[in-house]
Amino acid sequence: MSQSEILSQEFELGFTYTRSTGPVVGRFLTALRDRNIVGIKGSDGAVYVPPMEYDPNTAEELSEFVEVGQAGEVVSWCWVSEPRESHPHDTAFAWAMIKLDGADIPMVHSVRVEREADMKTGMRVKVQWADEPRGHITDIACFVVEGAESPLGAAGMNAKREMITGMEAPIYLKYHFTAGAATSRFLGKVRQGKLVGQRCPSCNNVYIPPRGSCAACGVATEEEVEVADKCTLESFTIVYIPIPNNPIQPPYIIANLIPDGANISFIHLLSECVNEEIHIGQRVQAVWKPEAEWTYAMDNIKYFKPIDEPDVPIEQIGKIPAAGVPAAGAPVTGREG
Amino acid sequence: MANLVAVVGIGQTKYQTRRTDVSIAGLVREAAVRALQDADLSWDDIEAVIIGKAPDMFEGVIMPEIYLTDALGCNGKPMLRVHTAGSVGGSTALVAASHVQSGTFNRVLTVTFEKQSESNAMWALSNPQPFSPHLNAGAGGYFAPIIREYMRRSGAPYDVGIKVATKDRLHGARNPLAHLQLPNITMKEVEESPMLWDPIRFLESCPSSDGACAMVICNETLAAQSPKRPAWIRGVAMRSEPTMYAGREEVNPQAGRDCVADVYQQAGITNPRQQLDCAEVYVPFSWYEPMWLENLGFAEEGKGWELTMAGATSLDEGGDIPWNCSGGVLSSNAIGASGMIRFAEAARQVRGDADQHQVEGATTALGHAYGGGAQFFAMWIVSSEKG
Ligand SMILES: [Zn+2]
Repeated sequence: MSQSEILSQEFELGFTYTRSTGPVVGRFLTALRDRNIVGIKGSDGAVYVPPMEYDPNTAEELSEFVEVGQAGEVVSWCWVSEPRESHPHDTAFAWAMIKLDGADIPMVHSVRVEREADMKTGMRVKVQWADEPRGHITDIACFVVEGAESPLGAAGMNAKREMITGMEAPIYLKYHFTAGAATSRFLGKVRQGKLVGQRCPSCNNVYIPPRGSCAACGVATEEEVEVADKCTLESFTIVYIPIPNNPIQPPYIIANLIPDGANISFIHLLSECVNEEIHIGQRVQAVWKPEAEWTYAMDNIKYFKPIDEPDVPIEQIGKIPAAGVPAAGAPVTGREG
Repeated sequence: MANLVAVVGIGQTKYQTRRTDVSIAGLVREAAVRALQDADLSWDDIEAVIIGKAPDMFEGVIMPEIYLTDALGCNGKPMLRVHTAGSVGGSTALVAASHVQSGTFNRVLTVTFEKQSESNAMWALSNPQPFSPHLNAGAGGYFAPIIREYMRRSGAPYDVGIKVATKDRLHGARNPLAHLQLPNITMKEVEESPMLWDPIRFLESCPSSDGACAMVICNETLAAQSPKRPAWIRGVAMRSEPTMYAGREEVNPQAGRDCVADVYQQAGITNPRQQLDCAEVYVPFSWYEPMWLENLGFAEEGKGWELTMAGATSLDEGGDIPWNCSGGVLSSNAIGASGMIRFAEAARQVRGDADQHQVEGATTALGHAYGGGAQFFAMWIVSSEKG
């Protein structure tokens, strides 16, 4: 298979987490909202900014908060000439380790200057507060060169408001998902309205969808085998609760289905049925979308529905050949194909 | 041959829906400090720290072990994180034990946690997959068809799961640390609770909890100096198998059978129902009690439900082999910690330190955890006797 036939897709995985800050980080964020910066004193007398909950040397719980200055010295830095989408600024800036006046441990934040040549280790910088502080590290919009005009935000507001105890943490990751050879082959056939699995050369079992290997034998699977779109119900569940981010409205049936000619189940929807009558061993068949809508997806099958065939005896589930249920008395030869 | 080692300290948080008063670090710290106090030790007495939790997506903190080094006093010490999905609490305890059994360290701290309130486990376990219809429906959606197949094979009455759900909540009401406190729960109430993933009802499912569990494990010499009775670790075993392969036995997994055979052999157990005084077994959905009764050799295949229905696993009914006296996963489910809670509660029993849910005179107990698609297994046998 050539490289160009491998399917890939953009994919985003994300969630907005609800973080509990605990008393120490909460105090730091509360101070930021009031345009103040607090650190905490460690067992060795060093002042940590942002404050730490536990002493890194003795592991003791820390509690002695110290207000520190809003200006300090750049200890180290690196220049970001082309900011990424997730960066705090859309034009070039520096990430810097900044030791605030009164602190002993530097903190990371951004410094905005015109050009890289303006950055120097040992330079003095000061806080540029965000327009509307909300109790978040981004309340410090950035650091700027000390002495520069600050267009926004005065320091030290000191409004008496509730302590911050939580924050939202939106984490969204974009993936470039590559399907791999076996899945690409499978989906290419699904696009043509066919279900094609792979047979294990060692145990002879037919896998669908194929994964390019048999997990039981630890060998690669290459031989392609077309299976039927008639299946036997191995088991199922009826889902009554809404699943986050899933548009399917409950209740719906998720069925474990073994196609004739295959020896393992996959899951898909079951519909056009009376829920109370669904049972293990029942015969079902795919209901395909119109051919014009077929794409590289199992969604080409809208769902499966019961068909008028006798149940498969329990011991034969997973062993039905692609040609269908054998006549009474005929040997079952599914594993041999 | 492994050296004899023991649990000498146990610490747990109160399990509850939300611990908004603490950070993740504050949560694990609470359990760790309680374990040190229980063992009458301080941070300096700990040589290495082994931590575990379930998938990072549950809190969205990638590599939380890095952030937790300060809270767990790890500066200058070896630290290791373990991950085996839902069984991680059990496998973390076993990795910690093996570090002492091997003689590598004399005394280690092990901690597991989950802060489910920071996320939504149903979301984390039901993500859409590229190129696939969106049919993942959480852990319940995965296990419900397997439970249905068990019900078909065994011909068990429909209310076995209802009985387990009620029994474990009554156990949980004896344990002040348990999340769910339902001292008046009835089978009728469980039966009338909404169906979530047929055949699993709401009250037949575990809750979502915040919590952490910690233990101190040390060698034989140090254990002898411990102020409280040690729980001697008499057998340890882990097994795993692939999620999917043709012909895989999902109701009664081979990896579980192999794992328990190994741990029984080490501890000299030939008749678990007779030789064990109690068991803490990972039962997140009620029907897993009869299924694991069979997988773990307490009953013949197809007969596990008979023990449940006869009250053999119930403390309140005076059963001969009480299961999940602490209330089990059905009463508290801080996922990453849930396996370790089973191991720790087994140890509490043989230390005679389980208060209102103590099995009188318990000397030998099983701790069990499973995870993934019932494919990771971790077990230990603890005893008040060195053997
Ligand atoms: Zn094979």
